[in-house]
Amino acid sequence: MREVFYFLIFPGLAFVATIGGVLSWLDRKVTAWVQFRKGPPFLQPLYDFLKLLLVKETIVPAKGSITLFLMAPVFGLFGALMASVFILLPAFNINSGFEGDLIVIFYLLIIPPLAYILGAMASGNPLASVGASREIKLILSYELTFILLLSALVFKSGMTVSMREIIAAQSETVFIGSISGVLLFIVAIFIIQAKLGFVPFDIAEAETEINHGSFIEYSGSAYAIIILTKYIMLFTLTAFVATIFFGGLSITGMGALYSILKLLAVVVLVILIKNTNPRLRIGQAMRFFFLWMNLLVIISIVLTFFGF
Amino acid sequence: MGFKDFIFKKSLWVFHFGGASCNNCDIEILDCLTPRHDLERFGIKLVGSIRHADVLLVNGSINKKDKDRLERLYQQAPKPILVVAIGACGCSGGIFSDSLFFAGPVNRIIPVDAYIPGCPPKPEAIIAGIVKLANAKKGRKKQNEKVL
Repeated sequence: MREVFYFLIFPGLAFVATIGGVLSWLDRKVTAWVQFRKGPPFLQPLYDFLKLLLVKETIVPAKGSITLFLMAPVFGLFGALMASVFILLPAFNINSGFEGDLIVIFYLLIIPPLAYILGAMASGNPLASVGASREIKLILSYELTFILLLSALVFKSGMTVSMREIIAAQSETVFIGSISGVLLFIVAIFIIQAKLGFVPFDIAEAETEINHGSFIEYSGSAYAIIILTKYIMLFTLTAFVATIFFGGLSITGMGALYSILKLLAVVVLVILIKNTNPRLRIGQAMRFFFLWMNLLVIISIVLTFFGF
Repeated sequence: MGFKDFIFKKSLWVFHFGGASCNNCDIEILDCLTPRHDLERFGIKLVGSIRHADVLLVNGSINKKDKDRLERLYQQAPKPILVVAIGACGCSGGIFSDSLFFAGPVNRIIPVDAYIPGCPPKPEAIIAGIVKLANAKKGRKKQNEKVL
């Protein structure tokens, strides 16, 4: 019974979807401020989601695999939701998590992009397959950096593969307080950018180029689920970075305020990078991750070894 | 006005179809999304795929080649969809109405919910038209009729 509550209400679906919607509003609002506009109203993400879910018709492609096309968003939502629960339970100190949950989180965080690829391939649209092919290349480039980043964190916190131990290792100084931590944080921000498909790495869903790429055929409720997955991923990834670099989140007392500040710091940084950069080509993005970001992680592992 | 109508008019996603336009209307439509007029205040945003669209903006004179594409776009759009004809060419054909290649104003091809006349209409006029359309009570009912 408690597990059902965990997965559906508190750190689960209802909570992450709400906070994710708020962060998504913040994303559009900050974007509007950067461009000297006024921006959408507070409930706009809710309106968008409900409109797609309740009002609009869902069209399935005639020449495509309908079952896979409709199931792919559900897989994506599942992956994002499970990842968020496994991140937030130790982060909020509700539950101790389990040994090796960092690796489970790593795999769960790949599920939404893989689901987008499956859905795009199942739709039978040429632009969607271009988007899917770009998404695959993007995954290939950033996942190596992501696993290197996680191994650097494991090394930094004394060879432990558990979220709880990583948070406990930061009880005196948080990881962002050291030089190697700052380098890792820079890498983590760019990985978030790529995982969310935000602008320097929105190659897979370039609106002006391939018309939303992987999502071009989605409409109605199926697209509503994709939008919900995006809200959840925005919150999940920022909460993950806030947890592993700023030493955990909290829901009681002053800790709640600090948690909000940590989340806002990460989210606003991501949004500002999104708004001040042009889109990279796929080759540039791959070179960026393979060469520079991996180099940065390796430098920071060496720095950690020498105690910086 | 029901809950669904309320939600629908709060979040109108716009797909822009330019026929054989002289580009003045295109520029004025883009002006609506710029900082000065900022249509995102009302939840309106431009989308790249017709599958995500709630509003189909049509401008420019529709010639014989555009006609098939416009019909197909309308069939591909998830219902309910609102159609807005912008500019003199979209509303009536304008100076092209006697042309050899003119395939009729937009409302002879697909049902139109709002007309925004002008050559080109000012961004203020476009915003006024969209607001009137969003507040129209019978706006959505007409959409569900089978056409074509």
